[in-house]
Amino acid sequence: MDVLLPIARQQKAQAMTERLEGTFRLNLQPHHAIWMLLIFVFTVGAAQAQAPRELISPIDALVKWMPFILWGQEGTLNGFALNLMISFFAMLFGTIAGVTLGLMQISLLLPVRKGSWFVTQFFRNSPWLVLLFTIMLLFPFEIELGNMIIPVPDWMKAVIGFALPVMANISEVVRGAVRSLPTGQWESAESLAFSRRQTLWMIILPQCFKRMIPPWINWYCILAMATPLASIMGVEESVSYTAQAMNAEGDRPELLPVFYLFLLLIFFVYTYPIARWSIRLEKKFVVKT
Amino acid sequence: MASPGKKANGWTPKQPMVSIKDLHKSFGDLEVLKGVSLEVMKGECICIIGPSGSGKSTLIRCVNALNDIQKGSIKVEGLEVNDPNLDKLELRKKVGMVFQQYNLFPHKTAIENIMMAPITVLKQDKDEVAKHAKSLVRKVRLEGKEDSYPGELSGGQQQRVAIARALAMNPDVMLFDEVTAALDPETVKEVLVTIQELAEEGMTCILVTHEMGFAKEVADHIYFTDRGVIVEHGPPKTFFKKAKDPRTKEFLSQIL
Ligand SMILES: Nc1ncnc2c1ncn2[C@@H]1O[C@H](COP(=O)(O)OP(=O)(O)OP(=O)(O)O)[C@@H](O)[C@H]1O
Ligand SMILES: [Mg+2]
Repeated sequence: MDVLLPIARQQKAQAMTERLEGTFRLNLQPHHAIWMLLIFVFTVGAAQAQAPRELISPIDALVKWMPFILWGQEGTLNGFALNLMISFFAMLFGTIAGVTLGLMQISLLLPVRKGSWFVTQFFRNSPWLVLLFTIMLLFPFEIELGNMIIPVPDWMKAVIGFALPVMANISEVVRGAVRSLPTGQWESAESLAFSRRQTLWMIILPQCFKRMIPPWINWYCILAMATPLASIMGVEESVSYTAQAMNAEGDRPELLPVFYLFLLLIFFVYTYPIARWSIRLEKKFVVKT
Repeated sequence: MASPGKKANGWTPKQPMVSIKDLHKSFGDLEVLKGVSLEVMKGECICIIGPSGSGKSTLIRCVNALNDIQKGSIKVEGLEVNDPNLDKLELRKKVGMVFQQYNLFPHKTAIENIMMAPITVLKQDKDEVAKHAKSLVRKVRLEGKEDSYPGELSGGQQQRVAIARALAMNPDVMLFDEVTAALDPETVKEVLVTIQELAEEGMTCILVTHEMGFAKEVADHIYFTDRGVIVEHGPPKTFFKKAKDPRTKEFLSQIL
């Protein structure tokens, strides 16, 4: 019992933050990294042992195709590099739109508040894949601006498709952070004759900023790990390229676990430090306030 | 302390600074204030006492329009609070308020807390404000704590910063809502002394308090509220000795 109590308490605390932010926490721990590595090494070893001698070995095949999976052909940014690019831009647009939407959710004007609430809930509760499909299929492949024609490549459509759910979730992060402040802050600002706008920008938002950073990073990690969804729509990112690489090697079954575990490993290596950093920040902020 | 431009409402110092007439206030179906009237002259200090839930906080929060009113009238220096076209900012520049929970801005230092409103709201000159803030810090005896954040100050110190912050706006009336209720007994005194000095300097004060000793000594007039009405009121001498209403008597016997 005595051993279980701290764990129960910890899980309760985590459930509390999750309820506040409406998301699950990427609670990556050091032992996850060790497990990840062990599984990878073990799988590669097993595949290596099983592979027929006359064909290229799984390790050699992986090494050969690694640059292709990581960034595609020489001088292009496809493969995993495209996953990163999609995640950066989707996060950028999603954050800008999400903060705006979140501020609209605390507007004093009822139509603005209701409208932005509806938009937020709509995109927050739609499956990411459905949003992605819709955008990829509905969005034109080029946009006419006067006599200029701007092509819209598939990966750019994917950026928009991912930015929408990110926007909705960031909107909730903003609203949640503002609501988590005690009402006394609003009241004392009001009693000092601050206008609503001044109160928001000088008193409320600066205090919210810190609280918003950890969930914001958390959402970035979730987004980065979701970007392979774009492969279903033929975007030339790492999962598409892994499939292509294996295809070029004749789709040998023993390559499958090696290649896909390698993919998992790159995503893990990328998100693990970010998730750890977010956990550290959160602890620091909790101690301070 | 008075600033110009206040005669516009035809108010003169001979009239009550705050005058509340037949005030009614409800939260939904719950009527919290059922016709409250009282007057406070310039330089007076009044205390409102009464059991928990009797509407003391609600009453005092109506004075600076933190709560809206259903019926009745509140005039602050001639400015009608229950006027749909009321300029709330204009009203709040005249009325300072201190809360039970201090409500300091935790991301600003003590001196920044004090200087913020005069600079952004009143658009006063920064150097002037800094000078004024320094004198206020001295007044509430917090020299040396200017650059501390609220989290680094004791409850009593935070509350004195909150008082200085409200004073920095040069208000004509100060509202105090149970400002010592969250403090430990030793620090209560330092805050009460600050308020007493203010009252003696002629600041118009409306206090909600449970500190009967303080009320007895400092108040010019005491109001006892119960269930949304003023049951009894009078200057401290007669109020404490000659309370007539049974509810007042019972309350006083419990608390004294
Ligand atoms: N925002 C609100 N919404 C609904 N009811 C409220 C609100 N604020 C206060 N009340 C109710 O109004 C009544 C009076 O509350 P008020 O805070 O004015 O009492 P009080 O005399 O200050 O009590 P205390 O001594 O405990 O501070 C209470 O019954 C309370 O529940
Ligand atoms: Mg109260």
